[in-house]
Amino acid sequence: MMSFVEMMHLALHVGLPHFLLLSAVLFAIGLFGLFTKKGIIAVLMCIELMLNAVNINFIAFNHYMPVTDLSGQLMALFSIAVAAAEVAIGLALAFRIYHDHHTVNVDDLNHLKG
Amino acid sequence: MFSDFMLTHAWLIPLLPALAFLWIGFFTRLHKKRSAAIAITMSSLSFLLACGVTWAVLSGPITMETPFVQKTLWFEIGSVRIFMGSLVDPLTAMMLMVVTMVSLLVQIYSVGYMAHDPGAGRFFAFLSLFAASMLGLVIAVNFAQLYVFWELVGLCSYLLIGFYYDKVSAREAAKKAFITTRIGDFGLLLGILLLQITFGTLDFQELKVLVPAYIWISGTSFMTIVGLLLFIGPIGKSGQFPLHVWLPDAMEGPTPVSALIHAATMVVAGVYLVGRAYFIFSALPVVMNVIAWLGGFTAFFAATIALTQRPIKRILAYSTISQLGYMMLALGVGSLTASMFHLMTHAFFKALLFLCAGAVIEAMQDEADIFKMGGLRKKMPVTFAAMTIGVLAISGLPPFAGFFSKDEILGAAAAVSTPLYLLGTLTAFLTAFYMARLLFVTFFGEASPGCPATETNAFMRWPLIVLAVLSSVSGLWGHFAGFGEWVYFGAAEATGIDWVIAGTSTVLSLVAIGLAYEIYVAKRWSAYEISQRFGVLYTLSFNKYYIDEFYTLLRRTFCDGLGRILYWIDLHVIDGIVNGLARLVGVLSTIFTFLQNGQVQRYVAVFYGGVIVLVAYSLFYAYKVLTLLGGAF
Repeated sequence: MMSFVEMMHLALHVGLPHFLLLSAVLFAIGLFGLFTKKGIIAVLMCIELMLNAVNINFIAFNHYMPVTDLSGQLMALFSIAVAAAEVAIGLALAFRIYHDHHTVNVDDLNHLKG
Repeated sequence: MFSDFMLTHAWLIPLLPALAFLWIGFFTRLHKKRSAAIAITMSSLSFLLACGVTWAVLSGPITMETPFVQKTLWFEIGSVRIFMGSLVDPLTAMMLMVVTMVSLLVQIYSVGYMAHDPGAGRFFAFLSLFAASMLGLVIAVNFAQLYVFWELVGLCSYLLIGFYYDKVSAREAAKKAFITTRIGDFGLLLGILLLQITFGTLDFQELKVLVPAYIWISGTSFMTIVGLLLFIGPIGKSGQFPLHVWLPDAMEGPTPVSALIHAATMVVAGVYLVGRAYFIFSALPVVMNVIAWLGGFTAFFAATIALTQRPIKRILAYSTISQLGYMMLALGVGSLTASMFHLMTHAFFKALLFLCAGAVIEAMQDEADIFKMGGLRKKMPVTFAAMTIGVLAISGLPPFAGFFSKDEILGAAAAVSTPLYLLGTLTAFLTAFYMARLLFVTFFGEASPGCPATETNAFMRWPLIVLAVLSSVSGLWGHFAGFGEWVYFGAAEATGIDWVIAGTSTVLSLVAIGLAYEIYVAKRWSAYEISQRFGVLYTLSFNKYYIDEFYTLLRRTFCDGLGRILYWIDLHVIDGIVNGLARLVGVLSTIFTFLQNGQVQRYVAVFYGGVIVLVAYSLFYAYKVLTLLGGAF
């Protein structure tokens, strides 16, 4: 078990565990939303949350781990760029789906049912 | 000079009718008279060339031992070089004369016979091709060339027998002829392949040297197999028992075709093959015995069937089988001369008989049953005279052609085996009887009141006259001009007449003709009562010993039975596998259909569940590995 001093130290000095905790919480919120939200826009937003959780991890590890290059940050930048593209396509798809079916409820969008 | 020119241009003889075939087939098929003119012109040129070749052979240094050979490379596969060319010896010259003459006469006859047939152009094209194939076969220098033309002859017979292709019976007969002879051709092909494998050559002249040496070194056992295989081809082509069944059915073709097939081309191809390859057969006693006995049996067997048949052409068909049996018998007892002599005389008198029969059938407006004819003697005097000569010739009465050739065969048979001689003499008796029956029933008696018969037209009459003359004199000519010093194998044969043998067969033939006269003209005995007294024999003969029915039974039992088994396998095994695969896909797709319900969020849940399982597994595994390594963490 940690001593009180250690716990205080952990609470007051922001370090790697805090970032990992934040990232995990964000990921869990995103995952929960992905499972439960019915609106397609909300689902996309949840995916964005999960992606950003991962980005935080990248940057945090890049900062705290003993690495000399910026590969983590670079990966995060890539990820943001890809996510931007993905959101653009996702929103365009959502728009077309709404235009064609007058709904954005993912439960109703089951046309690929076998 | 002239004879050299003729010999070096012998290859033109088959080529000219082949050109006629192509020309008619491509350009003048629809024009009847032009087609006939082209076919007859080319045949005449062939005939003239054949005359020239024969003259060159007769006057030059060409004998059976020293033939004229001219060949060119046809194709080359690896080390196998196959040549094509022309081989001219007295045997070839004789065959060239007979084939070109008979096909020329048949084509002239066809101008009259096919005058009202819209397909006459096609008919002349096929006749030309038929003659070309047979002539190509005759001048072949090796077995490969011979086999190619052999198959072409079979094809032409198919085309011509099925000439009236809108008639079911003609189509069936054409198929029967083709398939039956194919059975024989397969044996021939196997024999040829064995020769090629054993000797590395198919050339007649080379084999003539190699085969006796091979037999001298390693005995006759292997060559006997080769010889028997080779002989299966002639059995099919020359209508020997048991592959004779196609020949009577071949009567479905137009009558000139029957004359051509049965007299000069197709059916004698088998006899010619045995004669051409006689250096193989004559060295194999077992094969010679088979040939002799099969020939003798076929001769007798077909003659007994001919006794009771009613359609005129069918009687002649069985007589052809019988006469071919004679030729085989002569070959089997070792006399190439007698066989080829009979081949020549038979070509003339059988063509004559068939063309007469064609004239009669046309005059009777397609009535073939001889018992519905009668009294044609006065209405068709020329045809009657020609037919009479043909009948006398085939019955072997002097001085007609059959007398000399048949007695040579009987003499050769008597020198080797008494049973074969007796069989041959008995057959001669039967032959005279059924031919006299045909003649008497058709031409004697009273004509029925509405009989439409009149004498035939000139195109049909002149070939009959020419053939009648040939049937009268070719035997005499062959006898006195020394046919045996010309066409022979081994030593030249002197053609002498054994007066005991000749006298016996002549007397028997006269008795048979007298008997037929008493029964069918004087009506001293009723033919019906005689047929009743020999009830079983009559029924057997009338139904051709039920051989067709037997083959049908065999086919039903084995071919159809095999077909039923294969059908079951097809239905349950082959289709079962395919249908089973389809059903398997169906079952799998039902499962996957259930899983793919289109709910995106459920897919995500499944996917994430999968990720968790994988992560858990890899963590567990990593933990185990680390524990094993000593636990660094």
